[in-house]
Amino acid sequence: MSGFRLTLRTPPRQRIDLAALTPERLGGRDIENVGAIELAVGNRRQRLDTLFEVAPLKGADDLIEIDRCCDRIDGIGRGMKHGRIVVRGDAGAYVAAELSGGRVEVEGSVGPRAAAAMRDGVLTVAGNVGDFLAAPLAGERRGMRGGLVAVSGNAGIRAGDRMRRGMILIGGDAGACAGSRMIAGTLAVLGRVGTFPGFGMKRGSVILFREPERWLPTFAETGANDYAFLRLLGRSWETLGGVFAEHGQRLGRAVRFVGDAANGGKGEVLICSA
Amino acid sequence: MKLNGVEIEDTFAEAFGMRATRILITATSLDWAYQAANSMTGFATSVIACGCEAGIERELPASETPDGRPGLSVLLFTMSSKDMQKQVQDRVGQCVLTCPGTACFSGIDADESIRMGAQLRYFGDGFQISKLIGGRRYWRIPVMDGEFLCEEKVGMVRAVGGGNFLILATTREAALAAAERAVAAMRALPNVVLPFPGGVVRSGSKVGSKYKGLIASTNDAYSPTLKGQTSTALPPDVEAVLEIVVDGLSEDDVRAATRAGIAAACEAGAAGGVRRISAGNYGGKLGPYHFHLREIMA
Repeated sequence: MSGFRLTLRTPPRQRIDLAALTPERLGGRDIENVGAIELAVGNRRQRLDTLFEVAPLKGADDLIEIDRCCDRIDGIGRGMKHGRIVVRGDAGAYVAAELSGGRVEVEGSVGPRAAAAMRDGVLTVAGNVGDFLAAPLAGERRGMRGGLVAVSGNAGIRAGDRMRRGMILIGGDAGACAGSRMIAGTLAVLGRVGTFPGFGMKRGSVILFREPERWLPTFAETGANDYAFLRLLGRSWETLGGVFAEHGQRLGRAVRFVGDAANGGKGEVLICSA
Repeated sequence: MKLNGVEIEDTFAEAFGMRATRILITATSLDWAYQAANSMTGFATSVIACGCEAGIERELPASETPDGRPGLSVLLFTMSSKDMQKQVQDRVGQCVLTCPGTACFSGIDADESIRMGAQLRYFGDGFQISKLIGGRRYWRIPVMDGEFLCEEKVGMVRAVGGGNFLILATTREAALAAAERAVAAMRALPNVVLPFPGGVVRSGSKVGSKYKGLIASTNDAYSPTLKGQTSTALPPDVEAVLEIVVDGLSEDDVRAATRAGIAAACEAGAAGGVRRISAGNYGGKLGPYHFHLREIMA
């Protein structure tokens, strides 16, 4: 058994859903069999090998590499249970949605709703992510409910919307309403954050390193203190390296704001000492 | 068998199966970690009346603790998992939760576990917060100096308690000096604690009593002042007997500690006043673990 490298032949005019391609679904298939998989391309169906060059990756079980990827390729790693997907280039919407194990590594940027309803596993994005990172799928009540998302760049609006469990790290800036309607879990933004972080949050922790552009009136300051759990959290960032490890070492003391009082007020936004 | 002129009696220590856990206590300073750990392991000499046997296993440098602060590891032994649940929640709740600046973590991974933070969180009266970090759940309980951080569960393993040996000496001073040497050697080893005061017991007990309802009473055979009054086990020139009791996470741990302890006790030899090393047993009928002194010291 081997993994596969898919190299996009030309950027498509229509969107392509790659949710069918996960290591467990390709496991045991030979290269012809993989090439014959039909993908939805706009309102048509096309064989995988007409869109991608398919090559085996010997000795790399459970690995899929997608080269020359672009922002019209959606659903990469959706529903994946184990294995590893490496994306070279950008990716579209729903990357690592419903991920329940394994790793998805994107070397470029990704579109909206990445890690939607993610259950477990790891998503790393070297570039930026679109809006509604780790949010629920359409019609669902809960967003991310486990695992780790680490974004080195910026995130769009409402990152962590309705997240229930797990950890999201954003190395750059985050848009408005980060941690909106959060149920629990941890969202950390190392850069700037837009207006109203924690909008409608019930519980959970939003960890910031500077004041947001604007606070909701339903958040109240509780003052500065030392938090032992922040040291543990910081240590858990060490393995991620780079800015995450560097900021992790500084965690410990923070000014705590509690809210959203409009939704129970048991959530918190911590402004850590830089 | 003789070690430095000290007779190693052909007998064995009889030990019992117990449940054990290791709890890590960290604090702002090592001194405050000791305050919590000493309090938590206080009145924990024997399961007969204390509910558990406990002791400080070792100091932990900041580099070895989960939160990067100085700390201590504590071992706690009970006769059942039910007892362990009660002892952990009572002792951590009354002695660590209450101590300024402390945090409390599981120091042992095992299939079985005891609810620690999972029980203590209720002290937070609804303001407690759970955090899942690195696959482990912690509880943040608001207290007057900030937050008490406590891991949700602590691992529990099957262990061995009641390993022991007796130091028979010609004077009380000689017995105590030998016991102190033994304790120092044994406490340097991992996975064991010596639960009695200073690691030493002077009131060895036998099973039963002439008084109804008393399950243990003085070991008259080893009490030097009763030599003429009872069926004594002591040579005429022995004036004092001290016992070292050791609880360990495994049979091998107890064996290693016993060996180190006896070797240290006999270090000064017969000239130091130690006449004989013996051990306590119940004829081999009660405890499944038998530590034969001569085998251990061979």
